[in-house]
Amino acid sequence: MSQFKRRDFLKISAGLAAGAGAPLIWMKHAHAQWNNAPEKGARLRVLRWSRFVQGDIDQYLANVKKFEAKYGIAVRVDNESWEDVRPKAAVAANTGAGPDIILGTNDDANLYPEKLVDVTDLANYLGRKYGGWYPVCEAYLRPDGKRWIGIPLGAAGSMMVYRESMLRAAGFSSFPKDTDAFLKMMKVLKDKSTPGGFALGHATGDANTWCHWLVWSFGGKMVDKNNRVVIDSPETLRALEYSRELYGTFVPGTLSWLDPNNNKAFLDGQISVTNNGISIYYAAKTSQDPKIKELVPDINHAEYPVGPAGVGTAFHLFLNQMIFKYTKYPRAAKEFIRFMMEEEQYGPWMQASIGYVAHPLAAYAANPIWTSDPKHTPYRDVMMNMRPAGYEGKLGYASAGVLADFIMVDMVAEAASGAKSPKAAAESAQKRAERYYKV
Amino acid sequence: MLPAGALLLVFLTYPLALGTWLGFTDAKIGRPGEWVGLENFQFLVGDSVARLSLFNTLFYTVVASALKFVLGLWLALLLNQHLPFKSLIRAVVLLPFIVPTALSAIAFWWIYDSQFSVVSWALERLGLIHEYIDFLGEPWLARLSVIAANIWRGVPFVAISLLAGLQTISPSLYEASSIDGATPWQQFWHVTLPMLTPIIAVVMTFSVLFTFTDFQLIYVLTRGGPLNATHLMATLSFQRGIPGGAIGEGAALAMLMVPFLLAAILFSYFGLQRRAWQQGGGDK
Repeated sequence: MSQFKRRDFLKISAGLAAGAGAPLIWMKHAHAQWNNAPEKGARLRVLRWSRFVQGDIDQYLANVKKFEAKYGIAVRVDNESWEDVRPKAAVAANTGAGPDIILGTNDDANLYPEKLVDVTDLANYLGRKYGGWYPVCEAYLRPDGKRWIGIPLGAAGSMMVYRESMLRAAGFSSFPKDTDAFLKMMKVLKDKSTPGGFALGHATGDANTWCHWLVWSFGGKMVDKNNRVVIDSPETLRALEYSRELYGTFVPGTLSWLDPNNNKAFLDGQISVTNNGISIYYAAKTSQDPKIKELVPDINHAEYPVGPAGVGTAFHLFLNQMIFKYTKYPRAAKEFIRFMMEEEQYGPWMQASIGYVAHPLAAYAANPIWTSDPKHTPYRDVMMNMRPAGYEGKLGYASAGVLADFIMVDMVAEAASGAKSPKAAAESAQKRAERYYKV
Repeated sequence: MLPAGALLLVFLTYPLALGTWLGFTDAKIGRPGEWVGLENFQFLVGDSVARLSLFNTLFYTVVASALKFVLGLWLALLLNQHLPFKSLIRAVVLLPFIVPTALSAIAFWWIYDSQFSVVSWALERLGLIHEYIDFLGEPWLARLSVIAANIWRGVPFVAISLLAGLQTISPSLYEASSIDGATPWQQFWHVTLPMLTPIIAVVMTFSVLFTFTDFQLIYVLTRGGPLNATHLMATLSFQRGIPGGAIGEGAALAMLMVPFLLAAILFSYFGLQRRAWQQGGGDK
């Protein structure tokens, strides 16, 4: 794995973007070699999260069939709701029995790194061949800076999703780039009776992503580099004061919103702005309902505004692929992941799911899916720009626990709704998080 | 005896013992824990969210169980009358109990939706409200809403069980009390209720246990939100223990439910068990 810096990504991305209309063109690394012989008579079980968009699972299974035909290895693929994969994977790790490969999320692999097959050779091969992994991949899956404990699959990007016509009516020709302008826009949208809405209930995906962005964008963070809890800070308080103003612009009911609520409200025309994956756009595009289909030209996507922190602070759902040590067929499992990550399979898969999963390998930025429709483009750089869960500390039990216990979401919801003062909400979050970081 | 004993040992005693043990450790999922004594319990006692979940659980159980009892008894008395299509009506009454909880919870999720609620839609059309009710977004309203859903689901169990009890009461008791000039209310108070007490004890014990340990309804409707206002001990225990990975703490939270469940069982055992006079003896 070469030493890859963020600056390098920008250079490569610019170059790749220039040639994006053409078939994938990148210089495959001359030394990217792979030698692996799957075990004879191998059979594999794969547990993955249920599809968010239909095209994903259709193409994934088509790729699985290709693998079976090529290697003669039977592969059984089971699906679970993505939130149920974590407990199942944890039980598998704990008991030493279960699927050979599990497609998990966020910091799953950091909960039981010693139970996972070392895939450094595979990560190095893919990294060399496809322009390198984005830095966040290492934060998640190369925790000691040496050994890869899983192979990144990508990230389900969460972006601002908005109605162009409603923004225009409110006097905004494009989506605001900073938090001040964003708040101004939200106020005008509310005055025009076309409010936005962001989930503040226990919505694992939507609430966690936008609440983390908000706090980070003001410089707040749950922990520092040494895993010391520092959420009760002046930066967090400023973020929470901002959240209070922002909440006043929301459509009523967001305190109860779970992940599907904003999709429903948006597609029903009740909100003008929310945060979501590309699935809203996909649902509109593939809908049989003419009323929903009409929305397609009016839906657009934008990156999260930048706050006083001065840099992008987005958080997205990271997706990984783990091979468990109890598998009888580690070489076959590696071969399967390699096969699925190669351009011949990965490229069509990204296209079939219209970019719902953004790539972890820099070279895939040139895939035409990101430019065939300009509305896809904001999701292209998701993995290049995102921060890992548990920023700015190390990932593990504590960061996973804090995320799953909705500590960030509860803090923002309490302050935004006025249930607690910003100070009281931050103090409560500090106390709750300190419990986890005692590990 | 041996198969039954083995089954009890494997599926009841072992998990319970393991859960108890885990509650005293700092086990994480995928990592065995070390004995930490009462640390988990001490933390939970001082944890505002855990305390809130205890309050929510008690409030949820007491209010829902009481209303399920009153409504269930009332329904049982109605169904015990001579009604046309009696069997059909009894079967229909059971429907909410038969429908899988996850499905009925999804129905309530739509009913309570802040943007699409059919209740709000109807009330708005009738001119009774001007904006949709935020059933699951306001803490107290959310608590009452999940209780209403639990009652809807639980009443049939209470009603049908009590109806079975009502049908075991000998008509001669009612005839004798009528001859003595008892009013319907006196008949209910002095004949029906005492004779029904044993079945009430059993039914309400189960009802309280089901309600106290409810999970699916909350998980589908609110995931414990808003602001943890509907988190029950069971849902918080799951959230911390499984997705959160803190299985020791989750187990400790689950263990904290046991004293309350035991208290409910002991109350019904000693307070509502079959009285001696019902078997021809004198009440002590």
